[in-house]
Amino acid sequence: MDQFRITKQLKLMTMKKIIFLSFFAALAVLSNAQNVQMTKTGKISFYSRAKAIEKVEADNNEVSSMLNTQTGQFVFAVLIKGFHFSSALMEEHFNENYLESNKFPKSTFNGKISDLSAINFTKDGVYAITVDGDMTMHGVTKKVSTPGSITVKAGKIAAFSKFNVKLKDYNITVPSLVADKISEEIDVTVDCKYEPKS
Amino acid sequence: MKNLLLILVAFCFSISKVFAQDDLMKMLEDETKKDKKKEFATATFKTSRLINGHSIENAAAGVLDFKISHRFGMVNKGGYEMFGLDQATMRIGLDYGISNRLMVGVGRSTFQKQYDAFGKFKILRQSHGGKGSSPLSISAVSTVMLKTLKWEDPTRKNYYTSRLSFANQLIFARKFNEGFSLQLMPSFIHNNLVQGSTDPNDIFALGVGGRIKLTKRLSFNAEYYHVLPISVVEGEGYMIPGTKNSLALGFDIETGGHVFQLHFTNSTGMTERNFITETTGDFFKGDIHFGFNVSRVFTIKEKRKKK
Repeated sequence: MDQFRITKQLKLMTMKKIIFLSFFAALAVLSNAQNVQMTKTGKISFYSRAKAIEKVEADNNEVSSMLNTQTGQFVFAVLIKGFHFSSALMEEHFNENYLESNKFPKSTFNGKISDLSAINFTKDGVYAITVDGDMTMHGVTKKVSTPGSITVKAGKIAAFSKFNVKLKDYNITVPSLVADKISEEIDVTVDCKYEPKS
Repeated sequence: MKNLLLILVAFCFSISKVFAQDDLMKMLEDETKKDKKKEFATATFKTSRLINGHSIENAAAGVLDFKISHRFGMVNKGGYEMFGLDQATMRIGLDYGISNRLMVGVGRSTFQKQYDAFGKFKILRQSHGGKGSSPLSISAVSTVMLKTLKWEDPTRKNYYTSRLSFANQLIFARKFNEGFSLQLMPSFIHNNLVQGSTDPNDIFALGVGGRIKLTKRLSFNAEYYHVLPISVVEGEGYMIPGTKNSLALGFDIETGGHVFQLHFTNSTGMTERNFITETTGDFFKGDIHFGFNVSRVFTIKEKRKKK
């Protein structure tokens, strides 16, 4: 009889602990959500350095991105059709022939700030960072590591980065006929201003 | 028991950890899904002409499209005429996109020394996602053609308006997928003056055209106009005697700022009146012209970038 009571009590305790721990885990998720910074109007622009009469450059001002200041996770989603060129034909070719935006409408990045501890999100300043993660573009996913910076100013967080993308890495081929107009490497600039996600 | 507890604890934490990791990407996806915008179908065809006639496409706003169209003689004329290459008719044209919906153009053809001018308006654009999306694109084209050949009989009273013809077309198009687009073109042509007393002044036709994309930069196109047996005036025919329906088969080749269209057609002229109502060649008897259109676009007014 006694032994049964003890077992029962132990079980109850375990249950309580589990409930408590689950609650704690849930709380951890919840607190994560509170540390999420977000933008839907981030800017990504690129240009091709080839010596061409017509500049090959485009801007996308509808970049969605989220940053978790606690875990350092950093995600981007970019609609290919959101890139706008000054030439309509260039934009059509970019979508039709190069990025094939109907087949691959979105480009994403899912990564992490590798040196998160160096950033103090509560103190104004510019912090140099390195972001490691997976970049998906044109249906190809590549591990990338890009340098950038986080700027904290009056509680607002902004991210900036400049890096190169090799077209070949993402199976984007440039026909020889226009090879002198489009360089193999494209300079990409990322400029995002975040707001806390409500 | 203790072991079990440990496992459970580890499990709880790992779940929360995994959940948090994927969560951010998923959260972002959910957020972007919320404000999904309407997307218009683009590049249903490579250029504003299918082969002889109009496609659903327009030159974009601020873009000037310089077009040179060329038809050689008939290939069944034999070696003496170098299978048609010794003769040629041409049209030089300029199209301009006033807005993303409205395009205007002018042209001059060597065939019958003809000028033409047209306006083309996108009434509806095929789209998906968002509110009020449409499965079809619809455009309207209206063309005026002016022959300037010397009067056949200068002794009689000739009216200037006798030189004029008009063509009105509706274009219904759908891009079914990346590789396949189809369009229907109900057309109405009015000639102010016709040769015979029983020749119709008003001619109705239904065109059908499409493309199959072979590679990213190469497509196969076909275009056919069937004159409909509708006569407005009793006793008149519905077709000009001796004419045939227009058929054209060809390829679009795209190279940067140019589109080359190479094709075979039984039509000689390159405006609606000419190919819909005045085609005399019989495609299946070898009355086929080899021809090409070259399109070169120039961006005159740069699109204002969204800031």
